[in-house]
Amino acid sequence: MVEKIQVQDLSAYYDGALALKKVNLTIYDHEILGIIGPANSGKTTFLRTLNRMNDFSPGFSYEGSVRIDGKDVYRDWEVPQLRKSVGMVFAIPTPLPITVFENLAYGPRRHGIRSRKRLSEIVERSLKAAFLWDEVKDRLHESAMKLSGGQQQRLCIARTLAAEPEVILFDEPCSGLDPISTAKIEEAMRELNKQYTLVLVTNNTKQAARVSDRVAFFLMGELVEIDETEKVFTIPKDERTEGYVSGRYG
Amino acid sequence: MRRYYERVVEGLVFASGMASIIFVILIFVFLLKEGLMLFREFSVIKFLLGKHWYPISEPPQFGTLPLILGSLWVTLGATAISVPLGIACAIFIGEIASGWLREVLKAGVELLAAIPSIVLGFIGLVTLVPLVKNMFGLSTGLTAFSGSVMLAFMAMPTIVSIMEDALNLVPKTYREGSIAMGATKWQTIRRIILPSAASGIIAAVMLGFGRVIGETMAVMMITGNAAVIPKSIFQPVRTMTATIAAEMGETVQGSDHYFALFAVAILLFVITFAVNFLADWFLHRKKAR
Repeated sequence: MVEKIQVQDLSAYYDGALALKKVNLTIYDHEILGIIGPANSGKTTFLRTLNRMNDFSPGFSYEGSVRIDGKDVYRDWEVPQLRKSVGMVFAIPTPLPITVFENLAYGPRRHGIRSRKRLSEIVERSLKAAFLWDEVKDRLHESAMKLSGGQQQRLCIARTLAAEPEVILFDEPCSGLDPISTAKIEEAMRELNKQYTLVLVTNNTKQAARVSDRVAFFLMGELVEIDETEKVFTIPKDERTEGYVSGRYG
Repeated sequence: MRRYYERVVEGLVFASGMASIIFVILIFVFLLKEGLMLFREFSVIKFLLGKHWYPISEPPQFGTLPLILGSLWVTLGATAISVPLGIACAIFIGEIASGWLREVLKAGVELLAAIPSIVLGFIGLVTLVPLVKNMFGLSTGLTAFSGSVMLAFMAMPTIVSIMEDALNLVPKTYREGSIAMGATKWQTIRRIILPSAASGIIAAVMLGFGRVIGETMAVMMITGNAAVIPKSIFQPVRTMTATIAAEMGETVQGSDHYFALFAVAILLFVITFAVNFLADWFLHRKKAR
């Protein structure tokens, strides 16, 4: 297995308060890594460090290193290039207040693609990959804000794909969605896994069990355990993991 | 007992709310009553398009074109200076500066709003006017341009604070969505944030414009007060506001000159009302969507 992301001794702080404590883990190419843990366990902080979305959080600081494809995200990567390669889907859908088409074309345009024909191809391909094409193919030039919540979230996934990333980070992507929309997004994730490396932060342990190849359990800023999904859910090594996955606390 | 109390409070609040509208209507009615008297003898067309403002010649001429143009030159000049500066300033405060710098700048802008216009006019008179005179080799520094620069300072706080509010209203998800796509900060501001805040920005500009066109003391001090049609921005002009302020003290109540000044006031009122109305329309158009 090819190592895609290497995290070494990563600690993170907000105004000096510890949010992540010496996290070490490796994410492999083409896997789905689920990250579970209760609120304030540092899952989202961890995720947002991978594509430097933490840069805008007031008071954020870090120690240690995150390397993607062997290059340090804070030292070697150009930030726009990093965020193009490491796409992100947020807990709340973040459609931009422009048309569906322009939402999809936004990333490619920013990275220099001008040809209308090429953009149309990207838009169609991305929407199909996110299982949204059939629902919006006649609404491409309507505002993306008019779509339903589940459609908006799939739009955001499609938009991320349109930038042709290698890694996609999901930050509780189904937290505001109904079960049917959730199922559609999970289906999309499993399909995407063939091409991309996915990291999924979720509050829904069942979702992590359904979707991921491996699962990491975070608690109070610490990485407690990381292993294959089945092992984490059936024979966890740490009793805190066992407590969480069996629903005894969290 | 309690019910009566509620009613009384409701009534008082209602009356206070209505008062502002009633005052505006009363002011307008009063202006109309006095101002329209002029047009018993003087034609409206001559008033609006007449090229000469000679209120004490015989017969008097009340052509307001020089005054309107004077106000327009000064106001447009001030707008041309303060809008780009104000927009840039608001973007910097709202989107780029952080922490203490942002607070200092915000306080600075608010302080600028607190400076009395007479003080700004005075400072302009002793610093800006000679500077303009020497820089452009003019016979006098008391020009529309000097007034524009001075008024730009006065419009800045209005423009900056309203625009900054507009930028703040842009949802955080737009920024994150754009940044996460690999857009740079500037691309995000230009492509997403400014278009989303467009109506607020237009409203800010309109209100800045309204602030400037109504300003009196500072322009009276530094624009030279010559009621002639200006051929360039480097000539002395006289604005509508300055005319009223300068001449009202010398007129006989009930004379044509007196009525003419009220007619100028009506004109000014109509212009500011229209500008405010447009600003409001832009602000509310946003909310309706």
